Amino acid sequence: MRFKDVFSIIGPAMVGPSSSHTAGAARIGRTARLLFGECPARAVIWLYGSFAATYRGHGTDTALVGGLLGMATDDPRLPDAFAHAEAAGMAVSISPGKGLYPHPNTAELQLSSADGSRALQLTGTSIGGGNVEIVRINGFSLKLSASYPTLTIRHRDETGVIAVVTGLLGSVGINIAHMSVDRRSRRGDAMMVLECDAVPDPDTLEAISALPAVQELRVLAV
Amino acid sequence: MNFQTLKQLSELAETRNCSLGRLMLEEQSRESGEESGRVFAQMYDYYQIMKDAVHQGIHSDTTSRSGLTGGDARRMHGYRAAGETLLGGHAALAMTYALAVSEVNASMGRIIATPTAGSCGIIPGVLISSQERFGWSDEEMVYGLFASGAIGYVIANNSFISGAEGGCQAEVGSAIGMAAGALVDIRGGTPAQAIHAVGLALKNTLGLICDPVAGLVEIPCIVRNGFGAITALAAADMALAGVRSVIPSDEVVQVMLEVGSAMPESLRETAGGGLAQTPTGRRITRELHQNA
Repeated sequence: MRFKDVFSIIGPAMVGPSSSHTAGAARIGRTARLLFGECPARAVIWLYGSFAATYRGHGTDTALVGGLLGMATDDPRLPDAFAHAEAAGMAVSISPGKGLYPHPNTAELQLSSADGSRALQLTGTSIGGGNVEIVRINGFSLKLSASYPTLTIRHRDETGVIAVVTGLLGSVGINIAHMSVDRRSRRGDAMMVLECDAVPDPDTLEAISALPAVQELRVLAV
Repeated sequence: MNFQTLKQLSELAETRNCSLGRLMLEEQSRESGEESGRVFAQMYDYYQIMKDAVHQGIHSDTTSRSGLTGGDARRMHGYRAAGETLLGGHAALAMTYALAVSEVNASMGRIIATPTAGSCGIIPGVLISSQERFGWSDEEMVYGLFASGAIGYVIANNSFISGAEGGCQAEVGSAIGMAAGALVDIRGGTPAQAIHAVGLALKNTLGLICDPVAGLVEIPCIVRNGFGAITALAAADMALAGVRSVIPSDEVVQVMLEVGSAMPESLRETAGGGLAQTPTGRRITRELHQNA
């Protein structure tokens, strides 16, 4: 189901003017921020389709930046996000993207840290009513709705690693609502996204992080 | 959720012998694993935000950043106070409230997306004005929001609710259907009648394009919310009178999907056609860019 529950239809509470072009954009930005784990020093943003055609009037650029600063859809500071970004030392560039895009409302974000040691590339789509689908993370094709507690795990493609991770979650009563996996090559870099019904406890998260095949674990608590 | 179509939704409510609103609260509680009291409380908060938006839209300045819109709800409010409207007082009030919330949205105020921000005036417009008219409690109105959410959930997952995907029919059209069904539900109509109201309403907006001038959620979005409130009242009245949607509502939802998929991109929230590309629409766009 693209739309998960009653609050994806009635809601979110938000600052106008557009649920897809403002609230959805803020959610894409905020999800990228949570996946990156810190305030990026630099954010390069490309907009596609209706996002590219109408972003000025909808404040899509402002909302993406507000999201990158961690603001929620109804944060009263959202309209002034560019000023807040400057104060936070985040450099932003926004331009229309070229080539194919997966949805009429698509944004591609490239975030990097000050020394360039950390980077994240993410493609998000805004599917209506403030709901989003992240469809690409660092080149991996995945699906993430940002409406559940979510684990994103970078790992080596090895037999049984998915089973071990899901087994650990199952053993502590964490149900998985949706999951998607992708890999760059056989036995190469891989990633899994697990949308859960609850946030796992710290011990379980540590046990997953400690698995030899796991390279990085991030938790999105929504 | 235990329903994927409007038919299943109405049958489930009949089986459980409850309203659509009460059914959706149960379903949401089960789906989220939260106790129903907490789920209800969140929707209750949303209803209060809607009331605040109505109040703000009528009593404060809602001039948008572009300067193109604002003050229409106040105009309607004053006109209504000055004498008999052609619509009649109650319908005119629903329209006034719908304009008010839409203008708050356009001026970057706080609203609840129902189902989207572009269509955020219709559901508060009809629900809050009907509450004042019939003396319904806030609790009954919150159940009404759950009913509208159940209807919107089916439309969104079988068709679309964004203008960029399916045109204005997907936003304003869906909101009208949701509002009409919810009104029937609160007024004590049967679940089947509520679902007929959805189909009746949706048929009236099939094909409506999304053509915002300069890409802003202002022209024609705000007045379409006003008109939408009236259509929702009309569809609810027809359904309560026993008028049926001969083409079943689920089939009408499929038509919305078919029509929206066939719409050219220029008419799906890109400001590439329709009102946005009229001589005046282009002039407004040019002037805004010059001043930006």
